[in-house]
Amino acid sequence: MSRATLVVLAKEVKDNLRDRRTLMSAVLFGPLFGPVFFAIMVSIMLTRTAGQMDEPLELPVAGAEHAPNLVSWLEAQNVDVQPAPEDPQAAVRARRHDVVLVVSPDFAERFAGGEPAAVRIVADSADSRAARHSARARALIAAYGQQLAQLRVLARGLSPSLMSPIAIEEVDVATPAARSVLILGMMTYFILFAVLIGGMYLAADTTAGERDRGSLEPLLALPVGRRELVAGKLGATCAYMLASLAITLAAFTVSLRFVPFERLDMVANFGPAVAVRALLVMAPFVLFGASLLTVVASFTRSYKEAQTWLSLVLVVPTLPIAIASLYAFRPVAWMMLVPSLSQHLLITELIKGEPVPAALVVTSAASTVALGLGLAWLATRLYRREAILG
Amino acid sequence: MIEVDGLSKSFGTVRAVQEVSFSAPDGRITGLLGPNGAGKSTTLRLLYTVLRPDRGSARVDGIDIVHDPVAARRRIGVLPHGAGLYPNLTARENIRYHGQLCGLGGAALEARLDELIALLDLRDIENRRAKGFSQGQRTRVALARALVHDPQNLLLDEPSNGLDVLGTRALRALMRRLREAGRCVLFSSHVMQEVAALCDEIVIVAHGRVVATGTPQALRERTGAATLEDAFVAAIGIAEGLE
Repeated sequence: MSRATLVVLAKEVKDNLRDRRTLMSAVLFGPLFGPVFFAIMVSIMLTRTAGQMDEPLELPVAGAEHAPNLVSWLEAQNVDVQPAPEDPQAAVRARRHDVVLVVSPDFAERFAGGEPAAVRIVADSADSRAARHSARARALIAAYGQQLAQLRVLARGLSPSLMSPIAIEEVDVATPAARSVLILGMMTYFILFAVLIGGMYLAADTTAGERDRGSLEPLLALPVGRRELVAGKLGATCAYMLASLAITLAAFTVSLRFVPFERLDMVANFGPAVAVRALLVMAPFVLFGASLLTVVASFTRSYKEAQTWLSLVLVVPTLPIAIASLYAFRPVAWMMLVPSLSQHLLITELIKGEPVPAALVVTSAASTVALGLGLAWLATRLYRREAILG
Repeated sequence: MIEVDGLSKSFGTVRAVQEVSFSAPDGRITGLLGPNGAGKSTTLRLLYTVLRPDRGSARVDGIDIVHDPVAARRRIGVLPHGAGLYPNLTARENIRYHGQLCGLGGAALEARLDELIALLDLRDIENRRAKGFSQGQRTRVALARALVHDPQNLLLDEPSNGLDVLGTRALRALMRRLREAGRCVLFSSHVMQEVAALCDEIVIVAHGRVVATGTPQALRERTGAATLEDAFVAAIGIAEGLE
């Protein structure tokens, strides 16, 4: 690194440290938003899911008098049997109840005759929140039916095991850490977001901002090569992005401790050791991101325009991850060539606590650095254009 | 010493500078005089190499600006039009930044900063951030910045813009001092009085071309005009564009 590059780097770091807006976004809001928001969101989600399993199911039953045994069995299964509304369908449609059970008047008669006795479950399948409740009601009634069937078979002198020709036994090989990936996999969005936010203001300030202030022209008139100037500016942007990355990872190790993963039999495998590895996996993306932001900012005509475009660029690295999550990819070699996707997959493996093949890490780093250098070269080319002066 | 040889530059269909040739010798103040839009700024920007000429070239102390722009820039100090400072840096830090980029450092640079701060009367603002500076203060800091590496050649684009009477006087005194020290000073202006008061050599440009060159005296004699202003009008052939 040449002396001029270091001078530019040091100046840009100091200059932006004095800018409160940059500081707030780069080292405060950007990196801390993810860990705090994520922890709160996941805590609420986990608490609700865990809580719903224990809380009694509210189930209005119409015609309860026709099936007193069913009703008392339901009550024994932690169901809060309530009087039914006048018009069950209208009540469910109006979302006054999630699910209503209607026992037909001939229930007892058909039951005694050994015919299928009818009950009706009124639910709204378009209401995703209520779907869990109606599924629970359906499962309970099916279980009740199964239990009665076994009693009937037994009463005829046959073995109840005739009713279960196949025994299903499920073996879940997922570790508590791997189960948590369903939720922690989303973390990489926040990490990428923090990294890019960390460099956004610098990328705009050192290019379009410098031009708007009129300080670019005297700078370009100095006996310094354009490549050295761009390298210094990129270096400063990288420094802020690395700081942002380190802060966000550290904050995650703290904030995830407050999330009650154990309630769903999960473990958040994101201690300091994993965070340090994630930092190393993510570091090559810093150069790529800084170069990408600088190239985009160099195309724009003003600081304001640069900010608009850069906030759009924030979305770009999340696209490969979004597409990958649709297909639930496992890491394979070619995916390591895609920046952001490769980092996402590797960090996901780290959280699972599984050994990550060194070859994949090296491929990811090499490809991301190579693409980053390509973009840095492009940024230098853009600085050589006369149009850079606007 | 700056020698300009047939410089041409077009932006699209606009021919901003056409076949401009002149020379600005050491120990002289040379003024580029012309109405707004005549191509003065473009000529200077070509000389300090932020623009590349379509045709022609120029030499700064014998160094070709097209073949070795970095070496040429080492020989010149530049005050561009509307030169901007870094608002979050102090006056001293702004000047120091350019000094460091010119390869200076350590005690020698700090001594040079003290010297320039005294020379341009910046002592009361040297440690203040540039954010709230007046136009005159900004111009003085930018001038100090342009001189930080003690260049042999100084290019100034409309340097007296935004300066008050005292600032203008200080600027003129500085330019004369540089002339006495044997430096080459080239500046552009559209203000007749300023050029008349300062220049040893005048280059009159209009519509991207050099229409007359010479000392004020020679220009008056050649056009047969009584004053420099009349000579200027006669040279550019139009009365418009004068202020």
